[in-house]
Amino acid sequence: MKSKIGAALISLGLALYACGACAQEQGPGLDAHGQLQNPALQLRFERITKELRCLVCQNESIADSNVELASDLRRQVREMLVGGKSDDAIFSFMTDRYGEFVRFAPPLTAKTALIWGAPFVMLLLGGIVVFRVARQRSRMPLDE
Amino acid sequence: MWKFLLPFAAFVALVVLFAFGLSPNRDIHELPSPLIGKPAPEFALADVMDDTRIVSNSTLKGQVYVMNVWASWCLPCRQEHAQLLAISRQNIVPIIGLDYMDQREKAKQLLEQLGNPYTAVPFDKDGRAAIDWGVYGAPETYLVNAKGQIVFKFISPITAEIWQKEFLPRIAAARSGA
Repeated sequence: MKSKIGAALISLGLALYACGACAQEQGPGLDAHGQLQNPALQLRFERITKELRCLVCQNESIADSNVELASDLRRQVREMLVGGKSDDAIFSFMTDRYGEFVRFAPPLTAKTALIWGAPFVMLLLGGIVVFRVARQRSRMPLDE
Repeated sequence: MWKFLLPFAAFVALVVLFAFGLSPNRDIHELPSPLIGKPAPEFALADVMDDTRIVSNSTLKGQVYVMNVWASWCLPCRQEHAQLLAISRQNIVPIIGLDYMDQREKAKQLLEQLGNPYTAVPFDKDGRAAIDWGVYGAPETYLVNAKGQIVFKFISPITAEIWQKEFLPRIAAARSGA
């Protein structure tokens, strides 16, 4: 009985906490739920903010982070969208100020080629090792 | 021969990687600023100490200056405050103190109580000027040359040693027109 009440209290607490974390944003062009009135813009807003890194927490996107800088950057993205800026213009606004690091998926350039290429190089190296080991084993005489 | 050499080379490569990656002198949160060598973004903001005074860095063109990003809520800023006061007493460069997402009264009170190392204290309440400068925390300190270009950015509190080693030579270089 007691444990049931305890569990209820804990879940209530969690619910309250979750609500506190998802504080609604206000501003021009926003509806009562803190979303952009134009649904097409809201979709772009969600996609762009998921693609931008919060530089304070570094492993969170500005869509997920509650840090003040993230909320300032969300406001910036929203204002630029309402102002009719393209996705590219918004991304370059951010990279001009914070560097390529703000993008979770930086565009493929000569500078980022290593990041994009490394997994394939690793796979190739691993494949070569496996191939050589397998070939060596197949040449070994079967004693047993 | 290869059987010995290859693992050894891999081991050496790992040691080098770890020596770099685990070095205590390296701050993993420190990011290179893309604004180095670029014109300093302009701002025109009211002064914390006197809200009728508008501070703009466009009036500083032709001058080498330091811009320090701080706030009354920022504890590491408190740490460097004494050092900034000492620097300002030497009158080497003007220090602009961008007050970042702060409450004006608290900021003003702090400077009145602990001393004001800044020649001007632009009040960046909503952090817009800070976004233009690529600020992502406080304290951050920028050095701007006479052409109005950002030449150096330092993240984390300034110490006497940092000032000596990192700032003074760059200030001298910026003055000599380099």
